[in-house]
Amino acid sequence: MKITIPKLSLVVMIGPSGSGKSTFARRHFKPTEIVSSDMCRAMLADDENDQTVTNDAFELLRVIAGKRLALGRLTVVDATSVQPEARKPLVELAREYHCLPVAIVLDVPERVCRERNDARPDRDFGPHVVRNQKSRLRQSTRNLGREGFRQVYTLVNPDEIDAATVERVPLWNDKSDLRGPFDLIGDVHGCTDELEELLRVLGYVCTIANPDDRSLSGGPVYAHPDGRMAVFVGDLVDRGPRVLDAVRIVRNMVVAGSALCVPGNHDMKLMRKLQGKDIRIAHGLAETLAEIDALPADIRDSLTRDLAEFLDAMVSHYVLDGGKLVVAHAGMKEEMQGRGSGQVREFALYGETTGETDDFGLPVRYDWASAYRGQAMVVYGHTPVPEPRWLNNTVNIDTGCVFGGRLTALRYPERAFVSIAAARTYCEPARPFLPVESQAQALSAQQAHDSLLDAQDVIGKRLITTTLRGKVTVREENAAAALEVMSRFAADPRWLIYLPPTMSPCETSRSESLLEHPAEAFAYYRGKGAPRVICEEKHMGSRAIVIACRDQAAARERFGVDTGETGVVYTRTGRRFFNDLDLDRQFHERVRSALSAVDLWGRLETSWACLDCELMPWSAKAQELLRSQYAAVAAAGAAALPRAVAALEQAAGRLEGGDRENALQIAADHRRRETDVALFTAAYRRYCWPVDSLAGYKLAPFHLLATEGRVHTDKDHAWHMDTLAEVCKAAPELLRSTPYQLVDVTDPASQEAGVAWWDELTGNGGEGMVVKPLSFLHKGARGLSQPALKCRGREYLRIIYGPEYTTHEHLSRLRARGLSRKRSLALGEFALGIEGLERFVRREPLRRVHECVFGVLALESEPIDPRL
Amino acid sequence: MLLSITTTIEPATDLGYLLHKHPDRLQTYELSFGKAHVFYPEAAANRCTACLLLDVDPIGLVRGKGSEDGPLAQYVNDRPYAATSFLSVAISRVWGSAMNGRCEDRPELATTPIPLEARIDVLPVRGGERFLRAVFEPLGYTLTATRHPLDETFPEWGESPYYAVTVGKTTTLAELLAQLYVLIPVFDNQKHYFVGEEEMEKLLAKGEGWLASHPEKDEITRRYLKFRPSLFREALERLAEEDDSGEISEKAIALREEAVEGPLRLNEERIGAVMAALRASAARRVLDLGCGEGRLLRELIKDKQFDEIVGVDVSIRALEIARDRLRLDRLPERQAARARLLHGSLMYRDQRLEGYDAAALVEVVEHLDPPRLAALERVLFEFARPGTIVLTTPNREYNVVWERVGEARFRHPDHRFEWTRAEFQAWALAVAARFGYAVRFLGVGPEREPLGSPTQMGVFTRDGSVIQ
Repeated sequence: MKITIPKLSLVVMIGPSGSGKSTFARRHFKPTEIVSSDMCRAMLADDENDQTVTNDAFELLRVIAGKRLALGRLTVVDATSVQPEARKPLVELAREYHCLPVAIVLDVPERVCRERNDARPDRDFGPHVVRNQKSRLRQSTRNLGREGFRQVYTLVNPDEIDAATVERVPLWNDKSDLRGPFDLIGDVHGCTDELEELLRVLGYVCTIANPDDRSLSGGPVYAHPDGRMAVFVGDLVDRGPRVLDAVRIVRNMVVAGSALCVPGNHDMKLMRKLQGKDIRIAHGLAETLAEIDALPADIRDSLTRDLAEFLDAMVSHYVLDGGKLVVAHAGMKEEMQGRGSGQVREFALYGETTGETDDFGLPVRYDWASAYRGQAMVVYGHTPVPEPRWLNNTVNIDTGCVFGGRLTALRYPERAFVSIAAARTYCEPARPFLPVESQAQALSAQQAHDSLLDAQDVIGKRLITTTLRGKVTVREENAAAALEVMSRFAADPRWLIYLPPTMSPCETSRSESLLEHPAEAFAYYRGKGAPRVICEEKHMGSRAIVIACRDQAAARERFGVDTGETGVVYTRTGRRFFNDLDLDRQFHERVRSALSAVDLWGRLETSWACLDCELMPWSAKAQELLRSQYAAVAAAGAAALPRAVAALEQAAGRLEGGDRENALQIAADHRRRETDVALFTAAYRRYCWPVDSLAGYKLAPFHLLATEGRVHTDKDHAWHMDTLAEVCKAAPELLRSTPYQLVDVTDPASQEAGVAWWDELTGNGGEGMVVKPLSFLHKGARGLSQPALKCRGREYLRIIYGPEYTTHEHLSRLRARGLSRKRSLALGEFALGIEGLERFVRREPLRRVHECVFGVLALESEPIDPRL
Repeated sequence: MLLSITTTIEPATDLGYLLHKHPDRLQTYELSFGKAHVFYPEAAANRCTACLLLDVDPIGLVRGKGSEDGPLAQYVNDRPYAATSFLSVAISRVWGSAMNGRCEDRPELATTPIPLEARIDVLPVRGGERFLRAVFEPLGYTLTATRHPLDETFPEWGESPYYAVTVGKTTTLAELLAQLYVLIPVFDNQKHYFVGEEEMEKLLAKGEGWLASHPEKDEITRRYLKFRPSLFREALERLAEEDDSGEISEKAIALREEAVEGPLRLNEERIGAVMAALRASAARRVLDLGCGEGRLLRELIKDKQFDEIVGVDVSIRALEIARDRLRLDRLPERQAARARLLHGSLMYRDQRLEGYDAAALVEVVEHLDPPRLAALERVLFEFARPGTIVLTTPNREYNVVWERVGEARFRHPDHRFEWTRAEFQAWALAVAARFGYAVRFLGVGPEREPLGSPTQMGVFTRDGSVIQ
């Protein structure tokens, strides 16, 4: 016997002890697909025959089977299952996970079972056990279909069992081998004029074999010369003027293989009516029936039969393109995709309703799409919307043609819409769906949805998939820290499309008197196979991300922010920079006008830009830190050291011999320390100046990260520098361009020039420079290289390592520093940052962008030496 | 950093006997955190000064001696220059016998009060000169203190916390050293690092005989409290921004708010009023959103009306304190099953908060940036959607009553806004109308016309109509 089972099913082996269930299961299924009651007993009680743990064992069995089914894994239950009460929970389990229960009954003669059991020393139960099981089986097998098993296979003797084969077949809805391209078409409702026009615009070519054939198979056959395939989301019938023509077109395409069609609720209601069920004639069914009635009597019956057959053969939903695309009339939840059950079919036709009705008496629909988190794009119709509505990777393409809207097609994978306006309103909708003038400006469904994020998308341990670095792991405690900071301090998440990564220093310099030197950075990139690097002056202020929009409309359209703001400037942890609203407004006006002055909008075809910058002075943001730590240390040092020197010198005056020498030596040490404290004081003061208005601030942009449709990681850093330098010229009082030099790391002279520049920068007390591969993204033999390395100056590092770090005994210890954690973190954060931007420019739901931004913040809370 | 002890008893060089250190030597001692040098800049018959100079190793403090981390996190640190607990440790190591009153050669010297003066060049003092005097003067010291400037380039940054301090008294050297030993770390209550647990016990033992009767005893003792950060807390601190003053511990903030609002009565009244409203709602399953350290939770747990009590806060630190205070892990199983704490945020929709009878938000909304209020409104009223919501917030009008707040400032450094009664009511009515709730208002605390009460309360009840 050939046993044919769906790829995803719950196979229940039924048969008395000794009937050969386990042997059969092992022969036809993977060991991991089989869950047996014996195995569960053994797991719990170390004895697979211990009947005292039977209840617990079955509980465990159901848990394992349930988990497997939830994950879409075929599961075989190997237990006697001879009583209906043992099978009932298994059928329920299959139903819960929307997969088909299959029964394989091994009804072998009692004698065979007994002989097998006798041969096994662990089965010492008497013959009555098998006899009882056998009789239970006999009593109930006839009812297996009624119990809910969709397929029942019965094998009655060992030979038959040996000869049986098992074949797994895909479900009807599994068309994942169809790769497209597709044209997905919304609810037609008999609007055949518009359908014909739409198919023409989409490039389908029509052939008519026999214009006079008025049967269902008569009429035109459309096909696309490039092999595109149309997919109809259902509701072909009712309400509109040419229902039967619409069905003819679709049916012929389906038969010809140039289209697929899923059923709509109207289609199914018509089918039941045609099958003679008692159906209330409402919601446009009358129009369809009138068309049928108007047919000549000679073809009416055959057409009615064909129509009912065509409708009956339709499959609730389709999974296409390797699982990346799902089509259903009213949508499809992730956990139901590609599965089959009555509930799946109901959902495909009607979606989910809350049980309430709205002011128009229509059922309030549960918005499954707002909770949708699946990977597959779901295309559906059913509820008319004024514009195709994207939400969380689902799209409703029913633009209400029959109600005077449009008939819309979605081109896949292009994600482009093509639509044909209705020639007229064929039917008045019960609930108006076309936009009232004032609502036309409102936020999109996705934006409205995105005005609030869900905790389940950020909390707990997370694995975030990035293009640049695969999966990046965020630990639970880091996510918890990020939740607090994000909630208490961060700006509106709609603005937060990016957070900057941490940056590693270069390897510790080989020179004993230094910690950092550009030669190490050059060597790093050379070792990674990057020939050219860019050295950018490092500014000492606070990292700032600036989002600038061309106008309020751009802020609303692109960021969903309708507060009237045109931009935002925030810190490395997502906090707004300016508390003073007026100052904030002036800042953005200035930045915006600079971008307008060089027509960045036109040149990059964008209405917004995201800039990575440093905002100075340091003291503007870090005043508290400066006061309580830097200035305090300088004050304490300046007060303490001269006193110590004086006391030591006074003592030296009265001491003799070795004591005197010691005193003088310690005094000299303290004098040197005094100098170090003075240098430290000078170092931090360089980055402080008072600001009481916008005039005091300086903004140095160094990456033009993203604009509409593009993340500019494909441009090299010279492009970023030069483009931004031009912008800076337009507002020199606020914007400061960043000096840079290109260095060929294979050319000693070029490297020397780079080092000389660093000497000059840091010799003047500057912070130092950042060395980056010239291309924004560089991959070495072992994957992504560090996007940037900092080489900080000797004086600047006093702020980091303390006033006296340059003393030999201190420096020699500080030189031992491990960079690998820092670098791995820098790469993870960089990959997440870019991933977030890419998702944003692809217009993915905010939660997908926020996931990355949240991830960067969480990684920033990793324990790592803050001085690196 | 330098501690100088001077005496003018004749012969002053007896100080050498008392300290067990010869005035004509410079001696160096190795300590775990660096070196200590002892020497005498002057040693005449009428005046003798002994110096203890501490040479703290700033790198060792951060990196530790071996593989272990040192007690400090920051290289940029005042410890090498200022007198802190390290000085106390040095006194006990180098002058331990003197501090214990032992003097083998001249035992009578050790028990004789002599005129003594101690000078600390750089003493960090939280609490200013007032606190210095309050600590030293009750012990009979004369005190002179000079404040060091912070940074003359930036006078707007204010003054430094450092003082040059000289205290004088006729007493035994042992008492002077013991009191310095205990008191030096007290002034610097900020970053309080002991080298080890046993040091702290020693410290308290040195207070015998005088600490118990000291008028500032509580403050002195309180400042010894050692703060042990949790893993979560450390993770959080790494996200601190440059402008977050590490100075403001949550405890300090709470104290400050209490100080502003006066005695604890208002807080108690507020909790009382919220409890009354929750009881009146007949709720059985309640949320305390923004539960903080668990003051309301404690009352809720006592009341059998409530079957399920969930405290939610975004601050992990606050939840840790709440867990300790409520002793949730030590409650009987049945009691403990009623109450639980969740780490969560009102900025994100959270299914764990859905389906409750009532929710309390006690002094929560004012901690949100006004643009983020919209998120809270949806999370709370649209999704969590409890039957009753009891919400309190300060009445800004009342602030003029408190001299420490005044009209312009807020009661708490983390308040992002404070509402007048009209502002609160306008917000509450609009939100209630939008989400299908009715709202009634009550004042909490002593009412003062025309300002109203210090706290305002809104009680929202779901009225069955749908969300607009």
